[in-house]
Amino acid sequence: MFGKKRVAIVGAGVTLFRRNLKETGKELAYHAAKMALEQAGMELHDIQSVVVGSAPDAFDGVHMKGEYLADGAGAYHKPYMRVFVGGATGVFAPLAGWWHVASGKFDTCLVVCEEKMSSCYPHPQYAFTTIFDPILERPIGMNLIWIFALEMNRYMHKHNIKKEDIALVSVKNKRNALDNPIAQLAANITVEDVLNSEIMAWPVQRLDVSPTSDGAAAVVLVSEDVAKEVTDNPVWIDGVGWCIDSTHWTNRDLYYPDYVEYAARMAYKMAGIKNPPKEIDVAEPYDPFDYKELHHMEGLLLCKKGEAPKLTREGVTQRDGDLPVCPSGGLLGVGNPISAAGLMKVCEIFWQLRGEAGKRQVPGDPRTGVAQAWGDLMQYSSVIVLRR
Amino acid sequence: MSVKIKHYPGEEIETQDFREGKVLFESFKPKAKYAWSAGIAISRFLEELKNGRILASTCSKCKRIMVPPRIYCEKCFKPTDGWTYVKDTGTINTFSVSFIAADASRLKEPIVVAIINLDGASEGMGIVHWLNEYGDWREIKIGMRVKAVWKPPEERVGAITDIKYFKPIKE
Ligand SMILES: [Zn+2]
Repeated sequence: MFGKKRVAIVGAGVTLFRRNLKETGKELAYHAAKMALEQAGMELHDIQSVVVGSAPDAFDGVHMKGEYLADGAGAYHKPYMRVFVGGATGVFAPLAGWWHVASGKFDTCLVVCEEKMSSCYPHPQYAFTTIFDPILERPIGMNLIWIFALEMNRYMHKHNIKKEDIALVSVKNKRNALDNPIAQLAANITVEDVLNSEIMAWPVQRLDVSPTSDGAAAVVLVSEDVAKEVTDNPVWIDGVGWCIDSTHWTNRDLYYPDYVEYAARMAYKMAGIKNPPKEIDVAEPYDPFDYKELHHMEGLLLCKKGEAPKLTREGVTQRDGDLPVCPSGGLLGVGNPISAAGLMKVCEIFWQLRGEAGKRQVPGDPRTGVAQAWGDLMQYSSVIVLRR
Repeated sequence: MSVKIKHYPGEEIETQDFREGKVLFESFKPKAKYAWSAGIAISRFLEELKNGRILASTCSKCKRIMVPPRIYCEKCFKPTDGWTYVKDTGTINTFSVSFIAADASRLKEPIVVAIINLDGASEGMGIVHWLNEYGDWREIKIGMRVKAVWKPPEERVGAITDIKYFKPIKE
């Protein structure tokens, strides 16, 4: 066993994901946290520590966002920290929660992720311009869509992948989201719809992209002793991994995310997983863009390099396929309140493994699932393996 | 998204609700400005751009010729120990044709941005810059050869934009 104590998830909560929500970030954090506690059958006084995850302060226009969110996240008079690793924050926050409990220091940890992107206008995209190197990249006007487009083009070129095959991911995920009660962009669309949508930055088109969103998610983590007291259905955190690549992103070959593979190998080793495609029953890789699901399936070693489009085309990644990928509807269908979207993926795996996913339930009584998030300058990945 | 949960909180509003005064709100525009020193390595790099040359740094341990230059090798975690020039020609590693500006507004004419692997630098050492004089954007290909188009010497200020853009070349 890694750490002093085995750690379980015993409750999860989410708010609606929407382009604009009236609630403040604190109010959203409160709703998700309260729901997670209720689902766990616990009260705030049972919680010994709190971790919050939230992405760039520039969205909210509130610095010290950790402190801003603390009361809503249930941190009053408790050991508390906020973590931030860009888009990878949503899966990194429960990893930070894991070490709080696995270390033996705490028996319980409440993990809350919140994002409110709607406060920044005319478009939150603009807040991302300040993530780039101020001397060499900002004068060129670098922005987030551009770096995704550069990466997507390189990936397509290296493996000779067609846009039609990538579009299938968007079609699948938006359709999966039709069965998700919190989803923002659930829809029945076709490959042609994606290919005919407006070009943003070639090869990225409108329907290749997830939306900007407001929303929150939360999970309750407990030690094995506490898990036995509060539930018959714990879901164990059996593997954790995280890794960063060089910030010199123009010096890397963007066709393959090595750092995702390193994070995945770390998590699989801990979970004793030797053959990921065989041993993983359901996966929620990070899909802010359709090609990213494919990229991350490869980085997560769920298939060989360049093979993810083929699996998608053959229906393997459908909810009733051999390896269901993003049964939640993913960021493309459910929405992308950055850190909350990552934690939503962990919540989805939790509910899938407990058999509570309703219409989204993947068949075959899944026992092992993986969730992954990705961020910073195409360089950070966080991976969590859950088992029941 | 569990069958055990019957209600998900969140009250949806529309962006126009702000304009139409249907929601109460405050707004703020930050007035802070920033000025960054270019640092040790990049200051030298920018000085050389003024001279029409592209500077790289080298590491004697991993033998890499690195651009943009740096004072430490992030792999060997030791000081870089040499400077050298690389060429202003190179190969398109990847590119994008952008029809949106940084604030997500639509552009009339697209901007083409590319990672260019420069000749003389180690394998895969690219810089990001604009591409122009490409004709039809649908004809741009990964692997195309390109060359820097410089500003006239008297207009150079020691900035990455002393290179106006890269353009395709026939060899
Ligand atoms: Zn070195």
